Amino acid sequence: MSKIDCRHGGFLGALRYAAVLVAITMLPIVAGRLHAQSQSSVTASDSTATRVMACTACHGERGQGSGDDYFPRLAGKPAGYLYNQLVAFRDGQRKYPPMNYLLAYLPDTYLQEMADYFATQQAPFPALPKPTVGPQVLAQGKKLVLQGDDARHIPACVACHGASLTGMSPDMPGLLGLHSKYISAQLGASRYGTRTSSKPNCMQQLTMQLSEADITAVSAYLSSLPAPANPAPAPAGSLKLALTCEGARTK
Amino acid sequence: MATPFGTLYSPDISPDPQTGIGAWTPDEFYKMMHTGRTRSGALLYPAMPFAAYTRVTRADADAIFAYLKSVPPVRQKNREQDLRFPYNNRNLLLGWRTLYFKEGEFQPDPSKSSEFNRGAYLVEGLGHCSMCHTAINALGGSSKSETFQGGLIPAQEWYAPSLTSNREAGLGDWSIKDISDLLQAGVSARGAVYGPMAEVVYNSLQYLSDSDIRAMAVYLKALPSTGETAAPNEVQTQDKLRLSPLGKKIYAAQCAVCHGANGEGKGWDFPPLAANQSIQMASSVNPIRMVLNGGYPPGTMRNPRPYGMPPFAQQLSDEEVAAVVTYIRTAWDNHGTAITAEDVNALRSAPLN
Repeated sequence: MSKIDCRHGGFLGALRYAAVLVAITMLPIVAGRLHAQSQSSVTASDSTATRVMACTACHGERGQGSGDDYFPRLAGKPAGYLYNQLVAFRDGQRKYPPMNYLLAYLPDTYLQEMADYFATQQAPFPALPKPTVGPQVLAQGKKLVLQGDDARHIPACVACHGASLTGMSPDMPGLLGLHSKYISAQLGASRYGTRTSSKPNCMQQLTMQLSEADITAVSAYLSSLPAPANPAPAPAGSLKLALTCEGARTK
Repeated sequence: MATPFGTLYSPDISPDPQTGIGAWTPDEFYKMMHTGRTRSGALLYPAMPFAAYTRVTRADADAIFAYLKSVPPVRQKNREQDLRFPYNNRNLLLGWRTLYFKEGEFQPDPSKSSEFNRGAYLVEGLGHCSMCHTAINALGGSSKSETFQGGLIPAQEWYAPSLTSNREAGLGDWSIKDISDLLQAGVSARGAVYGPMAEVVYNSLQYLSDSDIRAMAVYLKALPSTGETAAPNEVQTQDKLRLSPLGKKIYAAQCAVCHGANGEGKGWDFPPLAANQSIQMASSVNPIRMVLNGGYPPGTMRNPRPYGMPPFAQQLSDEEVAAVVTYIRTAWDNHGTAITAEDVNALRSAPLN
């Protein structure tokens, strides 16, 4: 390292001082010219809302869902459920390539932040397209949703997802505000084992009992229901579940 | 592992004594890494990056072996390779090795700094960067003369940019800080990693020490620059004139909110598009895929909550994607070329995982 002698006074010292000053002043200008348009010192808003813009392009600005059948509502679903789905997409237990790809390299803590964010969103329920099925199919759907089918050991949806079908904290999703095609695709994926959760996969035990006609009926009926008066999920532990799902991944 | 030559099945390397490496000695492990031959002496397929690992020191090979011996053993029968004729004949690998394999540990260049040499060792050896960043030719080899000049990664349909051309990912005019940020945090003031490079940062580079990351940056920055992009041809110029107005409109509506009205970006959070080499490269594969598929940079220790880019595949037509990608490749003094709706359509079915 070269030594700098700082004891020079007078003209030489002033010159050196001026040179340093010029150099310092010019630095940002040169840097600014090099990257005048290529860089910005402005950073994005630190909010979770800005960080999840990659999600809201499809799921709606507040996670309310969109007109597309397959971009479901996220707003207000229990945080544990949303977290489990994000982890399942990241790790491949739930398969939808665009989601698997987006989440592939995100850590648990960040997925939890995203889940918490959408769980606390209170967005109006969208108007859904009217089901195209006949009244008999709707009636069959209503029976399965509200009463189940004892003879075939199929519990009612309301037995676990709550009388108002808004789910239960922390893991049980609400079933309202979703397009019938989306619900039908999820029940089908569960039945065929392409949408799984940790063992025991109690939802699959149930969906394996469902016929295609049952799935059509349940999906149509659920999507025909009006928005709930109170969209909040039922409090944790407030429902005695029809099936026990130990092994849910929530921490 | 899907390859252009058929499917390769990676063998068990857990410490199981029957199907894994439980019965191996450190000598045998080093010999495999160094010579590219199996324990029994058969020639390894170069999907195993032995052309890079031959440069790894004995001490590092021993450390890797010790780690592998420490993970829980898994007994899993190894599958036969499923390669097309003639690639299913391992003897052909002798030819491949003559062309593309030079056995030997890394030798530091005494005329360079120890930091440069450490970086060279990591990039050329353990990092096996040239496996992707050098074009793979019809024989599945990486030509030495084309090292780090970039190439389309087979079966993944992402383009691994040249590390030597300043028009691509050549780092000649990047600061050491920006290169280090990119490799370790996954984001930088000049751009972010995405696609297969996000996996590299997430699973590997984020854990490197600051000094090793810096050494890699010093070495990469010093790679000699090669190749220049050809000027746009007449058809590309016409395409640009036709597509740019629509592209500009889409940019203002969809992109400017994050990337800025003039493509200036927002620091680490939303990468700049103006003067971003990744967008202007001769290959338009990556910018098209970013618009179609979006993406999050990896969530790393230095950047655990990355900002993300939404996919636009469901929202924009082939023509609209072509327009906006043409716009960002040519606006603000960017010197990329126009692309077409056909280029976009061909990538809609690109694999996402």
